[in-house]
Amino acid sequence: MVRPHAAPATPASEADQPSSLVLRFGADRPLLLDGGGTVGPWQIAFQTYGTLNADRSNAVLVCHALTGDQHVANVHPVTGKPGWWESMIGPGKPVDTDRFFVICSNVLGGCMGTTGPASLRPEGDAAFAVDFPVVTIRDMVRAQAALVDHLGIESLFCVIGGSMGGMQVLQWAASYPDRVFAAIPLATAAKHSAQNIAFHEVGRQAVMADPDWKAGRYLLEGTRPEKGLAVARMAAHITYLSEPALHRKFGRKLQDREAPTFSFDADFEVESYLRYQGRSFVERFDANSYLYLTRAMDYFDLAADYGGSLAKAFTRTRTRFCVASFTSDWLFPTSDSRAIVHALNASGASVSFVEIESDKGHDAFLLEEPVLFATARGFIDAAARARGLAEKGAA
Amino acid sequence: MVDLTAAPARVDLLLMADMIAPGAKVLDVGCGDGALLKILAERKGIDGRGIELSREGVNGCVAKGLSVVQGDADTDLVDYPDDGFDYVVLSQTLQATRRPKEVLEHLLRIGSKAIVSFPNFGHWRIRAQLAFLGRMPVTENISYAWYETPNIHFCTIRDFVALCDEVGARIERAAALDRAGRPVRMGLPWSMWNLLGEQAVFLLSRD
Repeated sequence: MVRPHAAPATPASEADQPSSLVLRFGADRPLLLDGGGTVGPWQIAFQTYGTLNADRSNAVLVCHALTGDQHVANVHPVTGKPGWWESMIGPGKPVDTDRFFVICSNVLGGCMGTTGPASLRPEGDAAFAVDFPVVTIRDMVRAQAALVDHLGIESLFCVIGGSMGGMQVLQWAASYPDRVFAAIPLATAAKHSAQNIAFHEVGRQAVMADPDWKAGRYLLEGTRPEKGLAVARMAAHITYLSEPALHRKFGRKLQDREAPTFSFDADFEVESYLRYQGRSFVERFDANSYLYLTRAMDYFDLAADYGGSLAKAFTRTRTRFCVASFTSDWLFPTSDSRAIVHALNASGASVSFVEIESDKGHDAFLLEEPVLFATARGFIDAAARARGLAEKGAA
Repeated sequence: MVDLTAAPARVDLLLMADMIAPGAKVLDVGCGDGALLKILAERKGIDGRGIELSREGVNGCVAKGLSVVQGDADTDLVDYPDDGFDYVVLSQTLQATRRPKEVLEHLLRIGSKAIVSFPNFGHWRIRAQLAFLGRMPVTENISYAWYETPNIHFCTIRDFVALCDEVGARIERAAALDRAGRPVRMGLPWSMWNLLGEQAVFLLSRD
């Protein structure tokens, strides 16, 4: 493991020398991939919070979503913004870092220090770019399992995540049923829908249509497909919200002007907001990584690995599940969560399921949602009692 | 923390809890705020699960640490495997389902035993209201006006006994509760239970 370094963080430096912990595996320990290839040597960047207890039974793995990273509960080294889930994870929060040892790693194929298309090839002369092998959700989970092994943790107390993170939670429960005591998949699905694949394809085409993408070799050519990636982010961002939320936030309000300009300037606040979202995203994210991670989500179909039966993915599982969806989430609608719950019921698993009333769309799982926090806290506390973990403040 | 000391438990819940063996696996269909699951977890050490229609009910249960899913008895029981539970409980919910017969059949399929409690529409007070006032009955137990009631399939104790016969359920135990929630004296014929019981609790198994 390497401690955080002192130089100022940039997206380019983060890809190989992350401002976080990093675990490196040599060429003798390659990661085998679903697509048939391997990566190696490879590395996984991660953060930890709290203290692992003596019997190593209080570890919580947080799985991040498409554009998240390992900086779940600390200031982001590139953007300087707070961690992306500080409402859920921290001292006294539902995932209480005074009580639990929290691990969050950058996914395989990411661009914040875990090996991905922006990482340097083992020869060290250039980035992989589009020569990086296509990875799957299961590959990401296999990489996380290698990290958890390294930390000496036989069984995780809890695996939690939303959206693409929720897919990893489901994959963990299916691949390593004995290593997951409790699982919290939020706003997610056991398979990516045709509509979601379609949205991802629009995003990828936007990136690839940017002349600066240079057939994927922009890092070698010294360009960045910022326009394409920004458009991809703008389109995706709409899918994370909801019509009522957009209306509440922006309506038809004009941006710093009294009347429309009869031009293609950003007259409307909502346009200006989306442009800002696009701009700020490209400052911290690698375009090829976006292609690879959206692809991994598209390929996710957990039931397909179990003869088409999702229930078989959870046969005889002893993991306890807490599934939650949001009423206004049209990207991962409640019906997706219900399909998971039905499969868990059919396999006799212990499962809780709540649909939370919110107009904030898919993003609700990342935002201030008191019912989500109360649900998570109640579920986690009950699971901790069942696991025999000490109450907070107890010896 | 699950607080089990707060309020005195409802008599019908205690009666149902009494029918359940310690350590059993129990599914409570229409579990409301989780009162029965809490009693069973505390007093019987059961492995409990719940289904509840109302979002508020589910949120409260999960926040209390109970394993409860939001769902509908009419549509979601089909997803549960045969013999997945030792007991399936349907407490004061049968009369609010769209297809009570199918729901009862599912209970008997999913559980080795089923426990069903329901308000008795054959109680003399209800009969009297309809007979003498000519109005749809409204009582303490059945407190909704006809136009806003969720209870769309009321039955009497005798109706329920006939339904048990029809779906091949064996009645292992039964109790009728009077107005004060006390069990009606044993040894009376069904017709007297039907007149004196404000609600009834049945323990059923497959014939």
